Amino acid sequence: MPYAEFKDNEYIESLVNELRANGTNVVVGSLDKLINWGRSNSIWPLTFATSCCGIEFISLGAARFDMARFGWEVARASPRQADFMMVAGTIVHRMAPVVRRLYDQLAEPKYVIACGGCAISGGPFKNSYHVVKGVGEVIPVDVYVPGCPPRPEAMIYGIMQLSRKIKVERFFGGVNRQEKRSDFINAHPIEEALVKEGVEQEEGMAK
Amino acid sequence: MANVQEHIARLFPEATFEEGEVLLVNIPDAKWHTLAKTLKEDSELDFDYLVALVGMDWTETLGVMYYFSSTRLGHSISVKVATDNRENPMLHSISDLWNVANLYEREVYDYYGIIFINHPDMRRLFLRNDWVGYPLRKDYDASPETNPVRLDHEAVDDTTFTYVEQPDGKVVKEERTIFAPEDFVVNIGPQHPATHGVLRFRTSVDGETIKKIDLYLGYIHRGIEKLCEGLGYMQTLHFTDRLDYLSAQQNRHCLCLCIEKAMGIEVPRRAQVIRVMMDELMRISSHLLFMGTFCMDLGATTMLFYTLRERERILDIFEKTCGARMTFNYNCIGGIMEDIDKDFVADVKKLLEIMPKAIKEYDTIFTGNVIARNRMEGVGVISKEDVISYATTGPVGRASGWACDVRKTHPYGIYSELDFDEITLPEGDSMARYLVRVEEIKQSCRILEQLVDNIPEGDICAKVPKIIKLPEGHWFQQVEASRGAFGVYIESHGDQKPWRVKFNSPCMNLAGIVPHAAKGGKIADLITIGGTFDYVVPDIDR
Repeated sequence: MPYAEFKDNEYIESLVNELRANGTNVVVGSLDKLINWGRSNSIWPLTFATSCCGIEFISLGAARFDMARFGWEVARASPRQADFMMVAGTIVHRMAPVVRRLYDQLAEPKYVIACGGCAISGGPFKNSYHVVKGVGEVIPVDVYVPGCPPRPEAMIYGIMQLSRKIKVERFFGGVNRQEKRSDFINAHPIEEALVKEGVEQEEGMAK
Repeated sequence: MANVQEHIARLFPEATFEEGEVLLVNIPDAKWHTLAKTLKEDSELDFDYLVALVGMDWTETLGVMYYFSSTRLGHSISVKVATDNRENPMLHSISDLWNVANLYEREVYDYYGIIFINHPDMRRLFLRNDWVGYPLRKDYDASPETNPVRLDHEAVDDTTFTYVEQPDGKVVKEERTIFAPEDFVVNIGPQHPATHGVLRFRTSVDGETIKKIDLYLGYIHRGIEKLCEGLGYMQTLHFTDRLDYLSAQQNRHCLCLCIEKAMGIEVPRRAQVIRVMMDELMRISSHLLFMGTFCMDLGATTMLFYTLRERERILDIFEKTCGARMTFNYNCIGGIMEDIDKDFVADVKKLLEIMPKAIKEYDTIFTGNVIARNRMEGVGVISKEDVISYATTGPVGRASGWACDVRKTHPYGIYSELDFDEITLPEGDSMARYLVRVEEIKQSCRILEQLVDNIPEGDICAKVPKIIKLPEGHWFQQVEASRGAFGVYIESHGDQKPWRVKFNSPCMNLAGIVPHAAKGGKIADLITIGGTFDYVVPDIDR
C-alpha cells in the first residue's frame, strides 16, 4: 500500500457525497445523519482477545494511546452491551463456534474488525491443521487491520475507519453494504444435525 | 551419572542405556511403571520433578521421551518407552506418580493416539471431541475435508474414560463421571475477561465453594509443533515469539540455544550479553503487565495505567533496537539479528533510574492496601511438594519455596557470571506470588545495572551456514522465561527440517494446577488464583 493512501482518510465520505449529489430526503436524511453521528462517536468494543493482539489492545486502553479520546474505552465483557467486536488473535477450529455465538449475541447494529494477520488470513499459522484461515470464514468482517500484531496506532486507524463507515450508513431504507449480513449467515449455516439437537434440548428444558 | 546407571542396571536388567547429553534409559513398557516408581521413590535416585514428556512418532514405533530431574540431588535422566503397535498403541501412565503427567499424557493421546493405561481421564486435550485422526502422526491426513471448520458447538461431556489393566493383563475401557447429574456446574470461559485469554473452566460449586474444576484447553491451539516439522530451522524461530508473547525474547533465546548446542556454534560474547539484557528487559515488562492486569482483575484498575506507563518505556527500548513492540524476531541462530541502537545504553540507564521510584509507587498504591492484602493473603495456598509434583516452575514455584530458577540451577549464557538473588518465599499463597514478581523486577534491574556499562565490543553473530542441517540426535534445552522454565526438545534425523520439535511451556503446568489450588476455595478467589498464576493461554495451547 503506497504511503500516500494512508493519508487518504476521506474517501468514504467523498463516496457518500457523490451518492448524495442528487440530494437526500430532508427528513430521513437528517435523521440518518443524527443517528449516525451518535452511533459513530460512541462505539463500544467487546473485550475479546485470543492472543498477542489482545495485549496491544490493552496498550491501546492505557495512557499513551488512550482510546478514551475517541469514546471507545468502554470495553464490555458481555457481547449484549457491545457494538463491535475486535477479533484480536488467531481463531482456531475449537474457537470458531464460540466466535460465531459471540457475534450472534451482539446487539444490532454490530460490526467486526479483524485485527492482525491471524484474524485476516491465518497469518503465520495458515498451514496448520487447526487454524481457521481468517475470521471472515465464520463471521462477516467490516474492517481489516493488518500487522503481527498491529501497532496501537494501526488499531486506532482501523476503528476510525469503522466509525467512518458507520457515519455513512442508512438507518432508514436499507444499509450501504455490498453483502448483506443475512446473505453471509445463509452462506455459512451452522450444521443442521446439531441445530436439531439444540432444538430437542430446548424442548426438553421446556418440558 | 555412572552410579545412577549401575543402580538402575542392577534393579532392571532388561534396561539398555545410551550416553548423551543426559543418560538415556530404554525400557520395555511392561517394566516401565515399576521403573518410574523406583525413579521417584528410591532415595539414591529421587527424581521428583518431571521436566518434560515428549510424544514421538518414529514411523515404525510410537513412543514417549521422558525427562526427569531431581530437585534435591540435581541430576537428570531421560527415559524412552516405545510401542510398535500403531493400530492400538498403549503405554502405562505415570500420572499417579507425577501430577503434571496428567495433562502431558492427555496431550500425547491427543497428538498421537497413544492410550495411557490407568490414566484417570483419557479425553482429548486440545482438539474437538469429534476430531478425526491424530495430527502429529507422520501419516496424518491433513486435508481440510477430513476436518472442516465446524460451526456447531461440540457436545459437553460429563463422563470420561479410563483404561484399566486387569490382573490377567487385559485392558478394559471403563467410564468415569466428571460431574454427577446433581452437581451445579458453572461454566467460566472461554470468553471471560478474567481468564486472560480463551481458557475454559467448568466449575462445580457447592454454594460459593468450588468442588471441582474441569479444565478445557485448545481454544487457541495452533499446532505450532506440527508446523515446525515442515519448516527449516531458521523458519521455526518466529513461532517462539508467538507462544508466550510476554517472554518472546527468552523463548527465542531457548530455541536458538538448543540449535546452537546441536550444531556446536560458539556465540560471540557481545551477542550473549545483549541477549541476557533483552531477556531481563522482557522479564521486567512481563511482570509489569502481570501487576497491571492482576490488579485490574481485583478491581484496582488504576494500577494498570501506572504499570503500563513503565512498560511503554521498555517497549520503546525494544522498538529502537528490534523495530517492533512485540514479536521482535531479534535472536537468531549464532547470535542476534542487528546491533543495538545507539540510544540503547542511555535508555536502559534512564529506565534503571525510574524503576525504583516506580516500584515504591506501586507499593503505596496497591501492595499495602488493606483490601488487596485481604484478597491475597492465604488465598490459593500450594505446598512445595505440590508445585514440584505439578512442575509449576517460575515465580509460582518460588513463591512456594521451590528454588527452581533455571538461571541458577542450569546456568546458560552468561548468567553464571552475574550477581543476582533467587527470590523464594515460603508462604505459597497469592500474596507471595505477587511479591516474588515485584522482587524479581528489582533483581532484573540489578542484572541490567551490571551489564549496561559492560557490553563488550565484537561481532554480534557467529558464522553460520546458509542452510542449517542438524546432525542426527536429540537435544533438550531450558531457559528461565518470565513464567517459568521454558524447554525446547529437538530431534533431528540429519535433515534440513527437524523430525520433532516440542515446546515445553511453563503455562501448561500453571493451568494444570488451577483445579488443585482452587479446590475448596471460594469462586471469587478463582479470579485471584488465576491472576497470580499469570498464564498466557497461547503458551498453554501452542
